[in-house]
Amino acid sequence: MSEAGEAAVGLARSRRSVRQSAGVVLLLAALLVVPRFANNYYLEVLSEAWLYVLLCLGLNIVVGFAGLLDLGYAAFFAVGAYTAGIVTIRLGQSFWLSLPIAVVAATLAGVIIGGPTLRLRSDYLAIVTLGFGEMVRITVRNLSITGGASGLVGIERPDLFGYSLNSIAAFYYVFLLLAGLAVIASYRLERSRIGRAWKYVRSDEDAARAMGINHAAVKLAAYVLGAIFAAIGGCFYAAKMTAISPETFTFNQSLLILLGVVLGGRGKIPGVILGALVIVIFPELFRDIGSMRMLVFAVSLLLIMLFRPAGIWPERWR
Amino acid sequence: MAFYEVLLQQLANGLILGSFYALVALGYSMVYGVIKLLNFAHGDLYMVGAFAGFGTLSLLSGWLGGGWGGIVPSILFSMVAVGVLGVIIDRVAYRPLREAPKLSVLITALAVSMLLENTALAFTGGQYTAFSTALGFAGINLGMVHVTYTQMVLVGTSVVLMVVLELFVSRTMYGKAMRAIAIDQDACRLMGIDVDRTIALTFLIGSALAAAAGVLAGVYYGSINFFMGFLIGLKAFTAAVIGGIGSIPGAMLGGILLGLLEAFGTQIPAVGSEWKNVFVFAFLILFLVFRPTGLLGRPEVERM
Repeated sequence: MSEAGEAAVGLARSRRSVRQSAGVVLLLAALLVVPRFANNYYLEVLSEAWLYVLLCLGLNIVVGFAGLLDLGYAAFFAVGAYTAGIVTIRLGQSFWLSLPIAVVAATLAGVIIGGPTLRLRSDYLAIVTLGFGEMVRITVRNLSITGGASGLVGIERPDLFGYSLNSIAAFYYVFLLLAGLAVIASYRLERSRIGRAWKYVRSDEDAARAMGINHAAVKLAAYVLGAIFAAIGGCFYAAKMTAISPETFTFNQSLLILLGVVLGGRGKIPGVILGALVIVIFPELFRDIGSMRMLVFAVSLLLIMLFRPAGIWPERWR
Repeated sequence: MAFYEVLLQQLANGLILGSFYALVALGYSMVYGVIKLLNFAHGDLYMVGAFAGFGTLSLLSGWLGGGWGGIVPSILFSMVAVGVLGVIIDRVAYRPLREAPKLSVLITALAVSMLLENTALAFTGGQYTAFSTALGFAGINLGMVHVTYTQMVLVGTSVVLMVVLELFVSRTMYGKAMRAIAIDQDACRLMGIDVDRTIALTFLIGSALAAAAGVLAGVYYGSINFFMGFLIGLKAFTAAVIGGIGSIPGAMLGGILLGLLEAFGTQIPAVGSEWKNVFVFAFLILFLVFRPTGLLGRPEVERM
């Protein structure tokens, strides 16, 4: 290619990136001023949407990047929420202390479950994670420290720089920030050495091993990182709701998060964000169907897998 | 109750539970053995089978009565109906994805499971449906332990179905075709085996067995609900893994073992019935870690 041609391509590329950055800045500005205009209902729905963006991006590391089917993701969400509940109610400590503890707890749980099973056939992992999700739910239902079937009530709202997080607008910003951090972390991870290793293991495990990638360690890293995303989300979820119960962390919750990832386009970050928004906003638009929600989801999931198997906004394979 | 009576009672409970697990595990294991697919919808076929049997019995009981005279045709009808449903599911949802990545097929299976479960939810409104029969509680007494004739017939029916299946797979041409497809699909095509039809047959048989288990469980427990397939699907998978997935005698052995394990597990102090599922899944994980090929399975290398 001639020098002029290269310059033209470079210019076009930089113009595109300028346009993209401008778009991102505009979008961010719009999202930041939303609480000035929207009422509490919209803020509530949007806060939930940002929470699911965080959760779906976390699961996307496992399902999208590393290609492992995790059917018990809600267990890690529960680990985070219950850590926050136990730290603030049972131990009477600050909410902020629960964050590092939740990260450690999620890492431990991820290593204990993932460590031995990730070496096995890939579809065994799906069923083991399903069993693990149920185990965690039954356990929190039957222990006294987790409040049994009625759960934990009265979790204290945290303070931040002397400013108490007690309005829905405050939580809107908290979850927006978390979602934003999750997006940045996902992009950074995707383009890192380990991100490339995940995709390599996903497309051809044997070839990846032949290239010297420790497939078990790489998968475990994905599993644990995904767990940490969910645990952090769980902590803030507990702080926002102030009450948590085992029924929030059922298999259906895991399915819902998985649906967000698969629907949007697993492995593709904007696609996953779109999927997360769809799973939160769709039921709000069709409040009438209520109990039929999961049926509609099931049909859409089936149709997506049959006709658009890579999702609505699929990843481009390079 | 004396110690040996508790033992005997739990043995009876475990065998009944185990024979349900074994029937469901067989279908799981057959489908997995032939096309390497974890059919998440399999437990839900058990649920659909229970409802189909219940519907048939409600229609027939006025004419044939609520005893075995009505139950046997209900079981047969449910097996045929759910068997056909299994074939339709394979045709619509799984066959188009035969060459697709494993993850896509697993998610599709999950979608089918959600679809069946939520359709049943929509129809029943989430209520438990009473599965009333006129079988009574006549039976034989062994000390304090009472075993009803119904329980004996349930276990007997399961055993007969399993023996017939084993003979079918090991002695007939169709069974031979199934075993051949499990080894190499492409070679089977070259040998003139209709692969798609044989896979459909596998789904037919596996689903019919799950349906039979569903009706039997309905008769045994006296109530059915839309969610009954979820846990048994998980446990049947556990049973299949314990026995060695892909192996028919393995699935039977695993099912019976798991049933006994669960029955005796509830007797261990500090475990109790609310913890029994935790116990089962912990056992599954331990088995996968230390003996992933199961008791009767052969070691296998994963081909992606």
